[in-house]
Amino acid sequence: MVDVLGGIAKAFELIVTGDPELYGIVSRSLIFSGTAVILAILWGIPLSMLIALNDFRGKTIIKTVLNTLIGLPTVVLGLLLFLILSRGGPLGFIGLLYTPAAIIIGQAILITPILTSIGVSAIEDVDPEIMNLAKTLGASESQAQIAVLKEAVNGLVLSGIASFNRAIAELGVVLLVGGNIAGGINRTDVLTTAISRYTQRGEIDLAIALGIILMIIIFGINLIIITAKRARILFTLGRSPQ
Amino acid sequence: MTVTAELTNISKVYGNKIVLDSINLQIKEGEILALLGPNGSGKTTILKILAFVENPTSGEVKFQGETVNFKNTEKERLQSTLVFQKTTLFGTSVYNNVAYGLKIRKVSKETRDREVKKALEIVKLEGFEKRNARKLSGGEQQRVAIARALVLNTKLLLLDEPTANLDPKNVGILEEVIDTVNRKNKTTIVMATHNMFQAKKLPHRIALMDEGKITEVGAPTEVFGKLSKNLARFAAVDNTFTGTAKATASGTSKVDVGNGVHIEVTAQKQGATAVFVNPQDIILSKTAVESSARNTFKGKITEITDFDALVKLKVDVGKPFTAQITKQSFNDMELCLNAEVFITFKASSVQVL
Repeated sequence: MVDVLGGIAKAFELIVTGDPELYGIVSRSLIFSGTAVILAILWGIPLSMLIALNDFRGKTIIKTVLNTLIGLPTVVLGLLLFLILSRGGPLGFIGLLYTPAAIIIGQAILITPILTSIGVSAIEDVDPEIMNLAKTLGASESQAQIAVLKEAVNGLVLSGIASFNRAIAELGVVLLVGGNIAGGINRTDVLTTAISRYTQRGEIDLAIALGIILMIIIFGINLIIITAKRARILFTLGRSPQ
Repeated sequence: MTVTAELTNISKVYGNKIVLDSINLQIKEGEILALLGPNGSGKTTILKILAFVENPTSGEVKFQGETVNFKNTEKERLQSTLVFQKTTLFGTSVYNNVAYGLKIRKVSKETRDREVKKALEIVKLEGFEKRNARKLSGGEQQRVAIARALVLNTKLLLLDEPTANLDPKNVGILEEVIDTVNRKNKTTIVMATHNMFQAKKLPHRIALMDEGKITEVGAPTEVFGKLSKNLARFAAVDNTFTGTAKATASGTSKVDVGNGVHIEVTAQKQGATAVFVNPQDIILSKTAVESSARNTFKGKITEITDFDALVKLKVDVGKPFTAQITKQSFNDMELCLNAEVFITFKASSVQVL
């Protein structure tokens, strides 16, 4: 009989007592996935702009491919990256396998399709005349693109949230390229891999506890960002389009 | 007389549609030039080319004496600005909208604040700085767009149908602004309009456009005076009709414009004539009105366009008339498509061209 109540009680206990093991796992989850989102934004937003603001042959195909890749099974991507980063693989010499860097890069790759897809939608939703408007007010090409981005900011924030959720909740990539290392200096265990480990070991109450905490984190972050978005709407007045 | 901009043999093709066909036009410094023509005649395209946000398919554009290289028009764009027909605003405050161009030009905050305040005063929107631009009424939004352009004091100011969607009060304000800006700042203005009335009084010169071509350029009196050549062109503009006039016994004339529609005018005319009725001068009613007005026709509403505070209706009485009424009246009268209505207007409201 699975002790769900026991799990909830355990979760409460771990959170309240500031259990270092727990908080270590949580912080790693947040840091790895957070960094992955920042990385994905760095190459994903320019990619979104490139696709959204230009007309080219094959645009529909690229958008379709991106959309399809959103559903890429995390374990498949994990396997692919493992093959590339492992000692026998083409990038094995870098020695990235089983390091936090591998997890961050892996998750960044994982979330790029969803970040870019939603980003493209958000930018395409902006009034097409904004570009011409900025230009006729004297903006250069890049200044005009920034004006468009600013109009798309709500959708872009949404794409960031969606990507973060996908990253922090995934198991396949972080397990296969991270290795779920629970000791030493560079630990690579996070919430999802820990849940997997405890479940397999039969420590169900710990697994349930971590599961609840993961859900609380996802819910909490979404709540903060959505409230911040509403507050932003008030800040829109102070925001300059330039 | 300096030429601010010059279009030589300009053509623009979209796909297989010829939007502009060998346009030759000079914009003289300090003038107000109106591009007059029906929708689709190419007015907007010319403005976009003069704003350097659209490149011609062929032909040459000279701006301030130099040929424009459309691969990079950044420099020219700082000296020419366009106010769009459909008001486009950034999703932020009125201040940020109006100050945008100044920020691009790296103007100091003090100067920006001062110039924005001045511009808002000119368009009669004092104190609107902190308001959310997109939450304003249609007329106020258009005035923000104009203030945004005025504040830049560019060599060339381009206006695409600046008063098309405005109620009479705002139309008056805007026409006054255009006139003042041209007289005081000597700003060269090119405006597109399909309002015959406006084209008669505001600009120094008009260029008549039809299907991508300029058919006539000159002072309003000249252009409107050349009846025989321009009859066909005028026919394409709202509420303009061509027909044959016959003098009546009472000192007026009746113009037969076809399909059984005879318009009475207070001028003594005989023979080929063109007449125009301002949409605002047309009274709409659901039943026949017994009045001193000499022109009353029965017809059906064929088109309804909603513009914020006013509603434009196309009524087919044998010939299509465009009437303009307030939103309030429209709601009170409970009008709808295909409704039978009567249009009435005085003989003295009819302009003979």
